[in-house]
Amino acid sequence: MARSSRQVVASSGSCAHRAYNAGMKPKEAWLAEEYREASERVAERDAPFETLSQIPVAPLYTHEDMEGFDPSDKLGYPGSFPFTRGVQTSMYRGRLWTMRMFAGFGTAEQTNERFHKLLAAGQNGLSTAFDLPTLMGYDSDHPMALGEVGKCGVAVASLADMEVLFDGIDPEAITTSMTINSPANAIWAMYLAMAQRKGADLAKVGGTLQNDILKEFIAQKEYIFPPAPSVGLVIDTFEWGPRVAPRFNFISVSGYHIGEAGSNAVQELAFTLADGLHYVRRALERGLDIDEFAPRISFFFNVHNDFFEEIAKFRAARRIWAHQMRDVFGAKDPRSWMLRTHAQTAGVSLTAQQPLVNVARVAVQALAGVLGGTNSLHTDAFDEALALPTEEAATLALRTQQVIAHESGVASTIDPLAGSYFLEHLTDEMERRTLEYFEQIDALGGVEDAIEAGFFAREIGDASWLQQREIDGRRRLVVGVNAFEQADAGVPIQLVDPAVVDVQQRRLSAVRSERDGAEAEAALGALRDAAVSGANTMPAFLRCAHAMCTLGEQMDVLRQVYGVYQEPVLI
Amino acid sequence: MTGIRVLIAKPGLDGHDRGAKVIARALRDSGMEVIYTGLRQTADMIVSAAIQEDVDAVGLSVLSGAHMHYFREVVAGLKARGADDVLVFGGGIVPDEDRAALVELGVGEIFTPGANTADVVAYLTTAIQARGSRRL
Repeated sequence: MARSSRQVVASSGSCAHRAYNAGMKPKEAWLAEEYREASERVAERDAPFETLSQIPVAPLYTHEDMEGFDPSDKLGYPGSFPFTRGVQTSMYRGRLWTMRMFAGFGTAEQTNERFHKLLAAGQNGLSTAFDLPTLMGYDSDHPMALGEVGKCGVAVASLADMEVLFDGIDPEAITTSMTINSPANAIWAMYLAMAQRKGADLAKVGGTLQNDILKEFIAQKEYIFPPAPSVGLVIDTFEWGPRVAPRFNFISVSGYHIGEAGSNAVQELAFTLADGLHYVRRALERGLDIDEFAPRISFFFNVHNDFFEEIAKFRAARRIWAHQMRDVFGAKDPRSWMLRTHAQTAGVSLTAQQPLVNVARVAVQALAGVLGGTNSLHTDAFDEALALPTEEAATLALRTQQVIAHESGVASTIDPLAGSYFLEHLTDEMERRTLEYFEQIDALGGVEDAIEAGFFAREIGDASWLQQREIDGRRRLVVGVNAFEQADAGVPIQLVDPAVVDVQQRRLSAVRSERDGAEAEAALGALRDAAVSGANTMPAFLRCAHAMCTLGEQMDVLRQVYGVYQEPVLI
Repeated sequence: MTGIRVLIAKPGLDGHDRGAKVIARALRDSGMEVIYTGLRQTADMIVSAAIQEDVDAVGLSVLSGAHMHYFREVVAGLKARGADDVLVFGGGIVPDEDRAALVELGVGEIFTPGANTADVVAYLTTAIQARGSRRL
């Protein structure tokens, strides 16, 4: 009987597929029989079979896990809704991702020199790290800046520093990303003023401003003003940017720092997209047209160690954003639906023990970012758990990307892992869990209220605590940390020259004494007026930049108008 | 309760508080009394809090590269106010060369990325017992 019925199937036209299925028992039966038997002979390893976000991982995924999976709904083609497979039609067959290495330390002169070397090494975009006083809106000679000038980035206190920083670099030819948040409007204005003084056409000047204050409240904590006026400053750039510097991404909504603060991948994805949607809502409340600003919203994600979960995160991010923008907010322009993103390997995963092992971690993470379809990538240097990277370590990190791009073959076909039973399952699961978080955040009254209620701090604190417990308890092994330990030989490190403070302070004094004092005063007055009246602050910031007002002076004006924020202390 | 009181502090402008919070939680779970300062503390604020709270140890978390400045200021501040028996230790991105200089200042152990929290608990317990708790 069985024999004859199989022959009938074989002649029905879809023979290969159905015969194959007919010969296969259901997955559940296989697990209960063959797999169980095998596990009795060789017990499963004592390892956590779940992702870093605690999504359970089954021993096997099959076509049964794809039941109801409709590729036209879940995937589409690259460059088409819902962009799961990538935002560009030809992806890396056309242009490889941008290799954009973050750099900045010491004086503007030193960082300018590093920029020229990175460009000569084959990098195709710049990315600027500012020091903490700049990030917090203090001039290099403010008492709070003591000990911090030039330490974890470059100090920029006025247009004079900005001009030294980009000396010999054409702002129309090279795009520049600037990691700056609370003082983003002022720093952007200085960059554009620098470009104008070089004779550049602002319509041709491209780059990316981080300018994501919500994740500062949630994770990195480099905020100055309270949430509401801070978000207002961000929306000023949404309104002004597309009209004045249309090639500039005026925001990079960032999950990177949420990941670095200890969140898991699901939290990073959910909180970042919730932040992005919050800005969209605020911009619409301002009366802006979604299709005018949405195409210039960009993103920035972490790439951590859990290979498949990270790839799934990027694919799910694009799908969720596309649906939200089209179906919830009614954006019409397909460019408004596209989630374009930068990625950086996980600094938090780097270890001070056996630092060379970090080269392997970074390579695995970078590969996940590429397989996830990132549009640009920074790879961390292996010595970053010890100090700022040396030039050799930073070059090796860039070379790691070049090996992936040119030697591994993964860039030859688009989204090569699509259709993987496991990966599509994880992508769906990331999406489902993200939408659950959206509901929780909405129930708290939205992102700003959830920040003030300490929701994100608690969620991230609990996740990082759990990860640390798993490592301390050796439930998760970290090579060189709680397994395979050995004594280190030590590696050479980059030290910042203490003379940086003098150079900075001299340039600041010169700026203050040589500028037109009356115009500087008037420009700061115009900034105050805009802040008080609720007018867009960007024209006043641009005037301040040209008038050589210092960053500290401009932020002091806003501190007086908006007040400063203190977060509740939670462990 | 171990009877040990510890102040965990974030000096300066650095907002990276994952490590400080994880350590605070681990010490608290081990039975120590832990006070966390929150962000953006000056050296003076940290010294005052240490004296007011009568702690046995102050742990500074610095990831910004400004560690030499803040450790020097806190050690000097405690000494100036007659509290140089308070153990100062820390964690963060601190190169070996600087660790040697910190030891010379009288700073205790520095824990770098990847440190096990159980090691931090064990170190503090031993170090404070060896000195004798300030209130016992």
